[in-house]
Amino acid sequence: MDKARLDADFTELYKAHLKDVYSYSYYRVGNHHDAEDLTEQTFLQAYRHFERAQRESDGRPLRPWLIRIAHNLAANHYRDRARRPQTSLEETEPTQPVRTMHTTEDLVEGRDELSRILEGVQQLPDERREALIMRFALGMDNREIARALGKTDGATKVLIHRAIKQLEEIVKTEEAIS
Amino acid sequence: MSGAAQSGGIDFEGLLRQALSPVDPPERLSERLESTLETLTETAFDELDSWEISAMRDPRNWVRPVVAGAVATTAGAGLVVMRARARNRSRKRNQRPSDPLELIERTVRDLAEEARHLLDRD
Repeated sequence: MDKARLDADFTELYKAHLKDVYSYSYYRVGNHHDAEDLTEQTFLQAYRHFERAQRESDGRPLRPWLIRIAHNLAANHYRDRARRPQTSLEETEPTQPVRTMHTTEDLVEGRDELSRILEGVQQLPDERREALIMRFALGMDNREIARALGKTDGATKVLIHRAIKQLEEIVKTEEAIS
Repeated sequence: MSGAAQSGGIDFEGLLRQALSPVDPPERLSERLESTLETLTETAFDELDSWEISAMRDPRNWVRPVVAGAVATTAGAGLVVMRARARNRSRKRNQRPSDPLELIERTVRDLAEEARHLLDRD
């Protein structure tokens, strides 16, 4: 494939999935600054390996491959710096997670509930948290998530089911305490 | 899964979808990404500079960059446009070289950059 075609395809990929990669990064690392870095590194890495990925994708969508790059980079980020998100999402960005609320009447109660859910997501084991981010923030289906995480479709379905169950338990516990 | 999501009459998955609503990237990010790509190519040139310029003194070494340059010339879309835009911005700042030797050096530099991109792709 010639370079012009390859670059045009990469630009399409970039335009189509910048928001996906950024959303994944944001919920993964917990702040905008690191999310920007992670997004940037993801696309640079993707650009380097794009030709091979496209060749090997056999026509399948490249979003899972892109998210897998972000996933690996985020894992390296935490491993290298031996750190986890140090502040919760709503502490750093109080309005961001709840900006899609439809009514102001529900805002206060909804904020509490959504905040508890976000806190709960951060408490999940890495793989479960990532699966939920891919499903709910990015709208990926089981097959896409399976490819991104290197799992089978069946294992991914179970993973998401268990993640939701565990998150519900965490949220219930938090509600009971508060 | 839907049973768990609807337990207690609460649409838990709906709440989860709201809590994890997609986040718009800041506008500066695209610009930053383009800029980083530009910086990468410039950094690559800095690394290649010493041997590339000296290598160009030997006509036997002209073929590869010239072929790379020819291929790059035909590439009119995508990231090439992004890079060209970034390069043009940079050139506007630095003005056009009046010294022919400087012009030649810049041309060699561009060819070296494109050659590096092609080699990276191999």
